[in-house]
Amino acid sequence: MINFVDLWVYLSGSPLLWLTVTLVAYIAADAISAACGRHPLANPVLMSILFISAVLLISKTAFPSYFAGAQFIHFLLGPATVALAVPLYRHLPEVKRMFVPMIAALFVGSVVSITSAVLLAKWFGLSKIATLALAPKSATAAIAMGVAEKVQGDPALTAVMVIMTGISGAIIVTPLMNLLRLKNYAARGFAAGLVSHGIGTARAFQVNPLAGTFAGIALGLNGVLTAILVPLLLPWLL
Amino acid sequence: MLQAFAILLCLQLAGETLVRAIGSPLPGPVIGLALLFVWLTARIPIPQTTHETADGILKHLSLLFVPAGVGVVQQLPLLGAEGWMLLTIILVSIALSLAATAITFAAVAKLMKIDAGEERP
Repeated sequence: MINFVDLWVYLSGSPLLWLTVTLVAYIAADAISAACGRHPLANPVLMSILFISAVLLISKTAFPSYFAGAQFIHFLLGPATVALAVPLYRHLPEVKRMFVPMIAALFVGSVVSITSAVLLAKWFGLSKIATLALAPKSATAAIAMGVAEKVQGDPALTAVMVIMTGISGAIIVTPLMNLLRLKNYAARGFAAGLVSHGIGTARAFQVNPLAGTFAGIALGLNGVLTAILVPLLLPWLL
Repeated sequence: MLQAFAILLCLQLAGETLVRAIGSPLPGPVIGLALLFVWLTARIPIPQTTHETADGILKHLSLLFVPAGVGVVQQLPLLGAEGWMLLTIILVSIALSLAATAITFAAVAKLMKIDAGEERP
């Protein structure tokens, strides 16, 4: 007879358990998302996160033990970013044709994203540390945390804002674009990647490969532009 | 598949090394992306599996954000009373920026009479 307490002690200490839970939770969430016709609210990232968080809460597992297993998945973000070059190369003719609209949208989007976040934070009377964390929220996590450090913000809080921005954007982008009657999938994808970085890009790839490609470009370009604009705009906005 | 994965890792490693060497504000993987793009556009031979492997990883890009997302949920109680305000600000700010970005893109494309692939599903 297996002693379940011993088994739990053994498994909860090894990376296998939480790596498996993460993968299985995602496969289930992705199946639900597909069954819902990729409805924006049935976002696979959000569903997996909520499910795993509930399991961690019930099993009283601390995040570091979870991450010991999940880090193998987290690690793949690096190679996945490099892989974005492949669809970019494949869609190069479209990208070249759209160069001017892209650059115009990049500047408008980046400035609106930073300015609206900082001004709203001021209007709501948020603390300076929260305001600084909101400013680079649309940049990809690694860049946003670097920017936060540069302007004396809190990198950890910034990472929280970045992920919240990613998930919320991935959920609202499709209904918002339909409401605006925008059928240009390059424009829709570009907006998703600019505002919601990797998570928006993942959503765009779900909808349409061309949208995903433009989202990937926006993710890269806005990461760079946010790093430049936040330190420049903050003295004016604060 | 294995070769392709090695290529992605090598380019990421090269990216990380370059970032450290020149003190670039960009993350290493973004430099790796640029290097792979240069490789492809220069038409230097690359294993065909690179394309398939890249598509395979990107198809499940969502999965890769799950561990970080779980970390964020753990941090949520720390936001305290500011949490709901932060979420409201994020929602308003992203709605404005999504609309501004997409409208600018579509309007400039229309002005320049560029066909925007509207027929694509």
